[in-house]
Amino acid sequence: MIPLLLHLAVSQPHLDDSWITFDIPSFLQNFWPATFDGLTFGAIYGLIALGYTLVYGVLNLINFAHSEVFIVGCYGVVFVLTTLGFGPNPPTISIAAVIGDMLLAILVGMLASAVTAFLLERFAYRPLRHRNAPRLAFLITAIGASFAIQYTIFLIRGPNPEPSVTMFVPEPVFEVFGTTIDSQQITIVVAALILMIAADTFIRRSRVGRGIRAVAQDPDTATLMGVNRERIIVITFVIGGLLAGAAALFYVMKIPSGVQYNGGFVLGIKAFAAAVLGGIGNVRGALLGGLLLGLIGNYGQLLLGASQWTDVIAFVVLVLVLLVRPTGILGTSIARSRA
Amino acid sequence: MEGRTTYMNSKRIVAALAGVAAIGLLVAGCANTPSTGAPTKSSTLVHLPALTSISTPPNAVLPAGDGKGTCPATTTIGYVGAETGANASLGINIYNGVQLAIDQHNKANPGCQVKFLKYDTEGDPAKATGPVTQVVNTKAIVGVIGLPFSGESKATGNIFEDKGLVHITPSATNPGLTKNGWTTFFRALGNDSVQGPAAAKFAVDQLKASKVYLVQDDSDYGIGLGATTTAGLGKALVGTDKVNTGQKDFSTVVSKIISSKADAVYYSGYYAEAAPFDQQLVAKGFKGAFIAPDGVKDDQFIKQAGDASSNAYFTCPCIPGELIPSFESAYKTAFKAEPGTYSIEGYDAATVLLSGIDKGNSDRAKLLAFVKSYDADGLSKHYKWDATGELATPDVYGYEVDNGKIVPIGVIGK
Repeated sequence: MIPLLLHLAVSQPHLDDSWITFDIPSFLQNFWPATFDGLTFGAIYGLIALGYTLVYGVLNLINFAHSEVFIVGCYGVVFVLTTLGFGPNPPTISIAAVIGDMLLAILVGMLASAVTAFLLERFAYRPLRHRNAPRLAFLITAIGASFAIQYTIFLIRGPNPEPSVTMFVPEPVFEVFGTTIDSQQITIVVAALILMIAADTFIRRSRVGRGIRAVAQDPDTATLMGVNRERIIVITFVIGGLLAGAAALFYVMKIPSGVQYNGGFVLGIKAFAAAVLGGIGNVRGALLGGLLLGLIGNYGQLLLGASQWTDVIAFVVLVLVLLVRPTGILGTSIARSRA
Repeated sequence: MEGRTTYMNSKRIVAALAGVAAIGLLVAGCANTPSTGAPTKSSTLVHLPALTSISTPPNAVLPAGDGKGTCPATTTIGYVGAETGANASLGINIYNGVQLAIDQHNKANPGCQVKFLKYDTEGDPAKATGPVTQVVNTKAIVGVIGLPFSGESKATGNIFEDKGLVHITPSATNPGLTKNGWTTFFRALGNDSVQGPAAAKFAVDQLKASKVYLVQDDSDYGIGLGATTTAGLGKALVGTDKVNTGQKDFSTVVSKIISSKADAVYYSGYYAEAAPFDQQLVAKGFKGAFIAPDGVKDDQFIKQAGDASSNAYFTCPCIPGELIPSFESAYKTAFKAEPGTYSIEGYDAATVLLSGIDKGNSDRAKLLAFVKSYDADGLSKHYKWDATGELATPDVYGYEVDNGKIVPIGVIGK
């Protein structure tokens, strides 16, 4: 049935006013570039998704302001780089200097995001927790905090995106399946994977990580066993912020002119979707969900012949997966992951 | 035991981070110089000679008029359009032109001091109805300049029509706008059924492109212009793609374009998306021309795309106002900037309304009738509208990016 449908669709002339057309030749032709680009963007989704997943794990709260935690990190990155003399054009300084500057930028970005996440927890969520507010109150607060941060940035920086910052010109490094992989893709994917493995190891192996898992599993018992719940919650927010700040550098690297007061919104929604797809509350699920969402969106837009389909396809697949596995691909909960 | 190890681990992590930061600072401190050098056209691209002057009609109507205008003290002209938003620059260019016309008028006519009110739509069709409703219900406003973009114009034309308020758009180019039976809508420039074919001819004849890839956004403007350009390109079109407003990642479109071996890309949309798109194209090794319409023709495009923008050419039914010396110097004095895309159209459109007001047409009905029968030269061109609100013989100009500046190269598509 499906092959027949595909065949019918292909044999028809490509009309602009037809509703949906399948562009199989283009899909086959561009399959590998789309795969590698999808993985690159997926790695960024995954890093941001970790922030959603960790906070959900310990608080059962969807922190909708996490997209703003991320965009503050982007501003941190852009400010550092523009101060250091980076602009829309590739820098003329040595590679070592560029790497040094990027390390500085990522540190500042991580710091900016972590501080934002910390303040968010301190002033938006903690007072609610102390008053035993219902869950809905947290959700509305999260959305409110998201807008508050967005429009604070708007007031300070205005509506225009920040001038673009180019860190380096992507150079082809090697070829796979006739597709060149460039230095930018490698940098982003490798660095993001290292960070995610580090986060995963931290949660599985360290004392604090054990605390996080304990609180996720049963907050009351964890408290009785001597875990400082408040401290664990703060640390969780800060870890999410650090990862979002790191993602900020990679995002700016990939999309040099994407830093804008509301620039985190769509990315945040996608990262949240990635977390749900992989299984919200599950650290490895966030990574898997991110990569899958990046791939699915790219394949979808190739197959249907227009990049307008990216988000449609990504979310249709999300809904389909949730219909079959309501807890996401890897299932929920940091709590159940064993060290 | 485990506690001790983690403690040591975290100590080590802190030390490592500090080390990294120190290296970063060191390297940053010693070696960085801002990269300079304006973008120049690569040798594979056609470099067209710049246009250095245009002729202005000798009897052009100017905002100052004869200095004897009289009008009620409440008389107000409104601007509705983007003041903020992703494409705010396009709106700012326009209302600065309007502001200049009103300032010159008020200075020369002590008996008629016209007020100017601005309403922000962020260029977003969904947000435009609010400000427009506010405008039509503000009795003092007798005429409006706007709305600048096609989508928002389409969304709000009926509201103006209901209240009989004349509005002249200095920049909305979607051909469908004059097919709604509106009697209050006037367009101060050519539309996209002129611009599209002109752009296609420009790409093929002047830029020698044989394989053009067309990418359009999801706005009324992008879709309409995409259709007329597609028709004009005919066999030279090798592929199409559609993107979203607000999209920032174009990697898949870029790989499709590169595998199609296109030697030119036409982007039908606005600069907010065009800038990252062009930049990503060039970063992936695209060597051809990037051709884009009026919605991209703004210095913000160059600012955001950097060196990548040196492959860009623009088509625009707008007159290069910077080549009209009197206008250029007055604009520069007032706003400390060169006139931008559609500044002159905003100025001319405001002049039409002002000359009506000076002649005693100080209510909405009279001013509307005045604009309908208007037949005179403005600084940029002749203004005489047909029954639907279109001008008779609009020109489309070509522009190119040269040394980091947008330079006019003359009338195209003829």
